[in-house]
Amino acid sequence: MSFASWHDFLYMGGHYLYVWSSYGIGVLGIAVTLIRTLRARRRFFMEQGQRLRRQSISAEAADAPRSA
Amino acid sequence: MGRLKTLWHRLGSPRWFFEISGPWAIGALVVGLVCIAVGLVWGLAIAPPDYLQGNSFRIMYLHVPAAILSESCYILMGLAGAVLLIWRMKLADMVVAAAAPIGVVFCVIALLTGSIWGRPTWGTWWVWDARTTSMLVLLFLYFGVMALRQAFPREETAGRAAAILAVVGMIDIPIIKYSVDWWLTLHQTSTFKLTSAPSMPPQMYLPLLISVLGFYVFFFGVLLFGVGNEILRREQRTQWVNDLVRSRAS
Repeated sequence: MSFASWHDFLYMGGHYLYVWSSYGIGVLGIAVTLIRTLRARRRFFMEQGQRLRRQSISAEAADAPRSA
Repeated sequence: MGRLKTLWHRLGSPRWFFEISGPWAIGALVVGLVCIAVGLVWGLAIAPPDYLQGNSFRIMYLHVPAAILSESCYILMGLAGAVLLIWRMKLADMVVAAAAPIGVVFCVIALLTGSIWGRPTWGTWWVWDARTTSMLVLLFLYFGVMALRQAFPREETAGRAAAILAVVGMIDIPIIKYSVDWWLTLHQTSTFKLTSAPSMPPQMYLPLLISVLGFYVFFFGVLLFGVGNEILRREQRTQWVNDLVRSRAS
C-alpha cells in the first residue's frame, strides 16, 4: 500500500482533482464501449424476434380463410 | 499452407466467423476487464508515488494504455481497410465498422487524461506540439472514417470510402510514434522500449504492463463482439440468423 489512510488515498497528495477525474473518464469510456456493444446485440435479437412473430402472425392470418 | 488457405476461405463465411468468435469475445471481455481492474487498482493504490510528480503520475496507468490502444486500433482498422480494397472481403469492412467507435473512445480517453495530466505537470492543459497535435489528428481521422460510413446510401460505397481514409490516415501513426523523438516537445519519450529495460522500478511498470495487456484483451473482445453484431445485422434475412433469433426467443 502506498497510502497510510483512506484520506491520503482520496487526497492523492493534493492531486485528487486530476487523478480522480482522469480515472472517472477512463472508467466511463470503458463502460460506454462495453454497454453500447452488449446492448446492440440485445436490441437486434428483440427487434428480429418481433419481426419474426409479426411475420408468422400475418402468415397465419393469410392461411385462415383457406382453412375456414 | 493448405490450412492457411482454408482459413482464408472460411473468413469469407460470416456464419462460420460468428460461431467461432462468440466464445472468444466473451472470454476476452472478462479477462480484459479483470486485467484492467487489477492494473488500475495496483497503479492507483499500491504503486509508489513518483519522486518528481507525486501522485499525478498515476494517470499514466490509464493514459498510456488508452493511447497505445487508440493507435493499435487504428493500425488494425487501416489494415482491414486495405484488405477490403484489395480482396473485397466483407469481413474486413465489418472490422473497420466495429473498430472505429472503439478506437475513438480510447483516443478521447488518451487526449482528455493527457490534458488533465498536463495541468499539474507542464502547467498547461494543452500545447500545440507534435505529439498532442498528431494525436488530435488521429481523433479527427476516426471521426472521418465514422462519418464516411454514414455518408453514402450504398453500404458498399460507404465501406470503400471509409477504407480509403483508414488506409491513408495510417500515415499519422508513425508521426505520433516518433513525434517525441523528431521534434522538441513537452511530451516525454516512450515509457516502454523493446531495446532497453524500463526506467521505472517493477512496482511502477508491472501494473502498467497489466493495464496495457488488459486494454488489448478488452479491445479484442469488444471488437469480436462488434463484428458479431455487424454480421447479424447484414445477415438478418438469412435462415441461420432467423433460426438463432427463434432459439433465443423461446
